[in-house]
Amino acid sequence: MNAYTNSGSKDTRSGFGAGLLELGRTNPNVIGLCADLTGSLKMNAFRDEFPDRFYQVGIAEANMMGIAAGLTIGGKIPFTGTFANFSTGRVYDQIRQSIAYSGKNVKICASHSGLTLGEDGATHQILEDLGLMKMLPGMTVINTCDFNQTKAATLAIADYEGPVYLRFGRPKVPNFTAEDQKFEIGKAVILTEGSDVTIAATGHLVWQALEAAQALASEGISAEVINFHTIKPLDEEALLNSIGKTGCLVSAEEHQKFGGLGESLAGVLSQKQPTPQEYVAVNDSFGESGKPADLLVKYGLDAKNIVAAAKRALERK
Amino acid sequence: MAQIPQLEKIASQVRRDIVRMVHAVNSGHPGGSLGCTEYFVALFNHVMRQSPEPFDMDGQNQDLFFLSNGHISPVYYSTLSRSGYFPTEELSTFRKIDSRLQGHPTTHEGLPGVRIASGSLGQGMSVAIGAALAKKQNGDDRLVYSLHGDGELQEGQIWEAALFAPGHKVDNLICTVDANGQQIDGSTDSVMPLGDIGAKFLAFGWEVMTIEKGNDMATVVEGLEKAKSLTGNGKPVMVIMHTEMGAGVDFMEGTHEWHGIAPNDEQLAEALNQLEETLGDY
Repeated sequence: MNAYTNSGSKDTRSGFGAGLLELGRTNPNVIGLCADLTGSLKMNAFRDEFPDRFYQVGIAEANMMGIAAGLTIGGKIPFTGTFANFSTGRVYDQIRQSIAYSGKNVKICASHSGLTLGEDGATHQILEDLGLMKMLPGMTVINTCDFNQTKAATLAIADYEGPVYLRFGRPKVPNFTAEDQKFEIGKAVILTEGSDVTIAATGHLVWQALEAAQALASEGISAEVINFHTIKPLDEEALLNSIGKTGCLVSAEEHQKFGGLGESLAGVLSQKQPTPQEYVAVNDSFGESGKPADLLVKYGLDAKNIVAAAKRALERK
Repeated sequence: MAQIPQLEKIASQVRRDIVRMVHAVNSGHPGGSLGCTEYFVALFNHVMRQSPEPFDMDGQNQDLFFLSNGHISPVYYSTLSRSGYFPTEELSTFRKIDSRLQGHPTTHEGLPGVRIASGSLGQGMSVAIGAALAKKQNGDDRLVYSLHGDGELQEGQIWEAALFAPGHKVDNLICTVDANGQQIDGSTDSVMPLGDIGAKFLAFGWEVMTIEKGNDMATVVEGLEKAKSLTGNGKPVMVIMHTEMGAGVDFMEGTHEWHGIAPNDEQLAEALNQLEETLGDY
């Protein structure tokens, strides 16, 4: 199997900040908006270098989404930045009407998603955002796995015309994808090939999936790990090709089981190729305060749980 | 630029369109539409610097208009059509299947003149601010207009936007509140008293002015021209425009009862008797 090396752990939100800064220098239409979380979103560098193209909207996320929609009328490409909870659940109707239904070219960039924001607890740990956003017609939904990929995705969505939800997070996590990668929206990435079980992961759990594959390999089980960084549109071809080889699936995500990547994959498979599937996801519960790594263990989202899920899936073949 | 007598003729025809449109599908919102007829006709035929063709979404070097209280779509559609944005025959498709004239305005079906979906209330001021900021970014000196219901001011997002616009000196923006004192469940005073709307916006840092007779064409034109003269001074402009819900059709005037119901055949005939056909029915 392919080996991946952590080139030094970094937070995915810093990948967003780096991408946005680069966009500032290369695309004069890119505008930044933030709701009093400029430091947390790593938007400071963009703000400082391009103060005339940055709007501080204060703690008023609904207004931020509307302003972003309006900015597109005139050819601007607004990037909104706040926590994932305040980027989705708090402003769902604004996104639905003023952005999605209106077909506006807004990039909704969301940090601190999932359990791994850690100590702030369940009020901020949104685990429903992928589901909320993927249900909106025309919305592209992306959940990147490391610093490099988040930066590449930030650059890529500026060149794509249409509303996008870009989800990333707070903690430092292994940075292992290529620095010079080209991010292709809607194209899943096969990280390592295998023949016994497919592990389809997204976001922070991609690294956990790679660790799980290594552990499985030591027990003689060949796992194929695919990074589904785009939840919508879903790369059905990559899924079906892999399942054609392995015949069983584990989906892994830092999200509710309901509404997440696993549900999207199951939807494809139930129609085209019914397949035993095990879910590594939060099972209909809220999170809690704690260290990110401890939370992944407690809620069953770490590499060990992916290994166990893979074995269950194998038994059901 | 049409003058007052011609604007009044257009208004009479727009009112006929409104009652005929809602009657034809037995649904829609005639009350607020009739009350804002002078505003729409004046805006699109005298006040705004815009041309219907070629219509594009960006609207650079055009004045832009956003309807935040999307339910008064009949007056919006009729005015757009009577101003050359699309053929008047299309008004007969209002609220019917396969139409560009949805119950509430949308960009989704590609209707010229509409640049944002609205209907869920409270969102249009933010959108108008964004469009005004884009104009500043682009060095485009044209203005952005928006219309809001008074009941709509009960939505919290309005006040987020009301804080932002003066704070960021969005002074190429003229927002108007249709102060008719009515909403679905009754008078605004009985549902959720709004207090002194002008004083509230003044306290937020807006330039505030009033149009007392929002159903008198000359007064509306004069008021909106004055609003234009107040732009460019570092503050957004708020126009409190007093109107009569249902204006122009006597039995619909001054009550919330005609907010969202259509006239029957007899009521339609009675309404049309009061409204001169000036430009030809669609």
